[in-house]
Amino acid sequence: MSHPEWKFIGKNLKRVEDPRFLRGKARYIDDIKLPGMLHAAVLRSPYGHARIKSIDISRALQVPGVITVLTGEDCKQRMNPCMNFGPTTVAQYPLAVDKVRYWGEAVAAVVAESRYAAEDGVEAIEVEYEPLPVVVDPFLAMEPGAPLVHEAHGSNIVHEQTFEFGDVSQCFAEADIVVRDKLRWGRSSGMPLETTGAIGNPTPNGGLEIYANSMNFTYFMWLIASALKLPSNKLTVIPVNAGGSFGSKFTAHKVPTLAGFLALATGRPVKYVEDRLDHMANSDHHGSDRYYEVELALKKDGTMTGLRIDCVDDYGAYLQFGVGTHGNALSQVVGPYRIKHVSYRLRAVLTNKCQQGAYRGFGAEVNNWVLERMVDKAARTLGMLPEELRRRNFIQPHEFPYKIPTGNIYDSGNYEAVLNKAIELADLPYWREEQKRARAEGRYIGIGITTAQERSVFSSTEFWMWFDKPAFPVTSSPESATISIDPAGNFHLKLHSQAMWGNSPETVATMVLAEQFGIDPHQVNVTYADSAHALPSTGPGGSRFTVMVSGAVVGASKMLKDKLFRIAAHLLEARPEDVELVDGRVQVKGAPQRSKTLAELAAVAHFFALSLPPGMESGLEASHTYDHPYTTLPSDDRKDLGVFYPFMGHACHIAVIELDVKTGQHKFLKYVAVHDAGTVVNPRTLAGHVTGGATQGLGTALYEEYVYDENGQLKTSTFMDYLIPTAMEVPEFEIGHVETPSPFTEYGIKGGGEGGRMLTPAVMSAAIDDALAQFGVRVTALPVTPAHITRMVREGQG
Amino acid sequence: MNNKRVIEVTVNGTRYERLVEPRLTLADFLREELHLTGTHLGCEHGVCGACTVLVNGRSVRSCLMFAVQAHGASVETVEGLSNGEQLHPIQEAFWENHGLQCGFCTPAMILRAKEMLTCCDRPLTRDEVREGISGILCRCTGYQNIVTSILAAQEKLKREVGD
Repeated sequence: MSHPEWKFIGKNLKRVEDPRFLRGKARYIDDIKLPGMLHAAVLRSPYGHARIKSIDISRALQVPGVITVLTGEDCKQRMNPCMNFGPTTVAQYPLAVDKVRYWGEAVAAVVAESRYAAEDGVEAIEVEYEPLPVVVDPFLAMEPGAPLVHEAHGSNIVHEQTFEFGDVSQCFAEADIVVRDKLRWGRSSGMPLETTGAIGNPTPNGGLEIYANSMNFTYFMWLIASALKLPSNKLTVIPVNAGGSFGSKFTAHKVPTLAGFLALATGRPVKYVEDRLDHMANSDHHGSDRYYEVELALKKDGTMTGLRIDCVDDYGAYLQFGVGTHGNALSQVVGPYRIKHVSYRLRAVLTNKCQQGAYRGFGAEVNNWVLERMVDKAARTLGMLPEELRRRNFIQPHEFPYKIPTGNIYDSGNYEAVLNKAIELADLPYWREEQKRARAEGRYIGIGITTAQERSVFSSTEFWMWFDKPAFPVTSSPESATISIDPAGNFHLKLHSQAMWGNSPETVATMVLAEQFGIDPHQVNVTYADSAHALPSTGPGGSRFTVMVSGAVVGASKMLKDKLFRIAAHLLEARPEDVELVDGRVQVKGAPQRSKTLAELAAVAHFFALSLPPGMESGLEASHTYDHPYTTLPSDDRKDLGVFYPFMGHACHIAVIELDVKTGQHKFLKYVAVHDAGTVVNPRTLAGHVTGGATQGLGTALYEEYVYDENGQLKTSTFMDYLIPTAMEVPEFEIGHVETPSPFTEYGIKGGGEGGRMLTPAVMSAAIDDALAQFGVRVTALPVTPAHITRMVREGQG
Repeated sequence: MNNKRVIEVTVNGTRYERLVEPRLTLADFLREELHLTGTHLGCEHGVCGACTVLVNGRSVRSCLMFAVQAHGASVETVEGLSNGEQLHPIQEAFWENHGLQCGFCTPAMILRAKEMLTCCDRPLTRDEVREGISGILCRCTGYQNIVTSILAAQEKLKREVGD
């Protein structure tokens, strides 16, 4: 919201990060070279499940340039298991110990003088495997006698739980209509163009530095130190710009842990950067892989009353984040609707696949798709227009803050305003008429409408509220900022978590700083603290960064202004409460001729201690750690999960497509996306998250899937068969913003970073359904490829 | 690998003579030998296009070309575009139109844009630009602002010629 007195917030400022990236001077992880640095490559498992009988490294060690080869046995002897928020019975090392649990799992690492030599060494390793029965179907994995992925756990079911909020049985007994579906969400991932990489660098004091593009919780860095058996104060993690993440670098620990391990083993700097195959087969962060049975209860007039969700989630072979991706879904499980009764059953299952982690939406985007599928089915059953059924059930502006059945609070919103704006931008009546005309000509136009939530700013409770006795019930998720003004009056801003990874941390933070001091954002020097110097910070994730860093910058600005005012007042012989900051000067209210510039005050603060107020320290620096402004604990019985994701964004997407029912191909006629992320700091960068996220959502909906065959072989392990959208598959997006400020955050900002991916799978499914309405078929599984569409048409005709 | 070859390559106007293994890719030659790390590697199997550079004015995927194949050629990388801090008009257009987010595909997009804008002396349409960049993957932007940036660059370059 472009507030009349705001100079920067709400403006389309050019990003302050960009010049170095435009000139090819980004300094990504693979661009960094340390003196004497070695390079690592890994040998990956060719089996989905196999015992490692022996590893012969002798030939590899003779390859010119090879320094050493390390295996899981070395990890077992010298390390503790990696960081893990799941059960300790599901232990993980960066190199497989005793057996491999999925195709592509790392078995050995070769360290050599060059990456070429390291790859030569990998070729020369001989491993004898004893293949074990493979389990890739989570339903088979749950059966008694199924091959165990982790014998120590005793079962492939790592978590089974049913939450019930309200009186679900009675609600369904009293329902006029219940719509049911079985739904399937296929496995995809963030797939940044840059993979995960790290450099381990032993330091002369017996410590270790790790340069990493993948670690964001500065207050959890000791978990890597613990895996490497180092005292926490001997490890320094240095944040490096990342070439995209989308969740895939959200505390991706295996790569930095391995690089650190190899550096300690060789005593030299070691770089390990995944190649694309490593990333696709062995990353920390494949996305959700879910099977649903869902029921939505309604009254005859269209009032939605209850929701039953039964989900089986195929987590793959490890469980880094526990079942946090379902905690996330529960924060907005009822979407924008007044549904009062909810049950949610989860079975989290281990199989012989790469592990799951974070992907833009963190599980909530899947729930959006599931809920919107059911709403669309209900609209069709009731013979209502999709937008009318939604309107009838929207939480209304006067009802906020609104507590949903799970206990989470929605802070604010105006869902009807977003829907109306989207309908207007899309010119929906025109397309409904056009659709009729086209159908008369035998053409198939489909219109999809989706209204869904984008919760922002997580509380850590979502990671452990599933467990009755959580091992580590952390409640902190802070963000910090340090502002200093140097003796020449120039501003420095230090950020304290993951470096820029494609979001705009420097732009949004300097815009807020500029708003506070009236300076030019492009003149601020931005740096990132390493973990030895960083204050507690959580980094980007869960659409939290803009909200949280703004809180941190505002807090530090207030402290710094307070000091400047006290110095100025002392020099101007006024009281601190009688001075104000105007256009780069601190002046006496009502007497602007009595003033000092920021540069003059900075010089005094740094060099003229005797001119400072008595007792004041020299220098001009302030730091603020901003804790989550609104969270509460879950109740002990988990009937109320507490407030854990309260800043509730909302969006409406409308897609109009024309489908060729013979080929299954579509073309876009219109795509409108209207988002409400509270006060918008920079409309153009937020729109970038909408278009980029929507494009990833198109991939999830139509193109991308990790396909494992019955032997656990990954069949889509290159960009030749894992298809991410090119410029040819993406429509021209029309973007709108509605701004309902949050009452709880600085400037009323809400998060919006996960953007379009929260809605695009749902709106594409709806548009395809609508185009195929006369065939009586519906999209129930993603991705829905042209081959699926032609099959649906055949079955519908049959 | 002792069968190294001497190659002579001109990169961004500077002539280099180096002894290289025949299997060294052009991308690794630029990055490791010449320390020009603005050329990025996204897949190393010729699909993502992040490693695109101009060889004798034509865009190539430098992960699919060996350095020895560039013997005698003139190579242009993103580092050759800006003059110190002074951005090239295509770079300026990307900045002004938010044509990048993480920046990893940006050097490739900019070089491909330069090739397209050099080859074509009539105004390009949005669809033509989309097709022109369809060999380079971007995971951040949804391409929309890249298309806008390239068309804006075309305007800038036309004005420069007009001046």
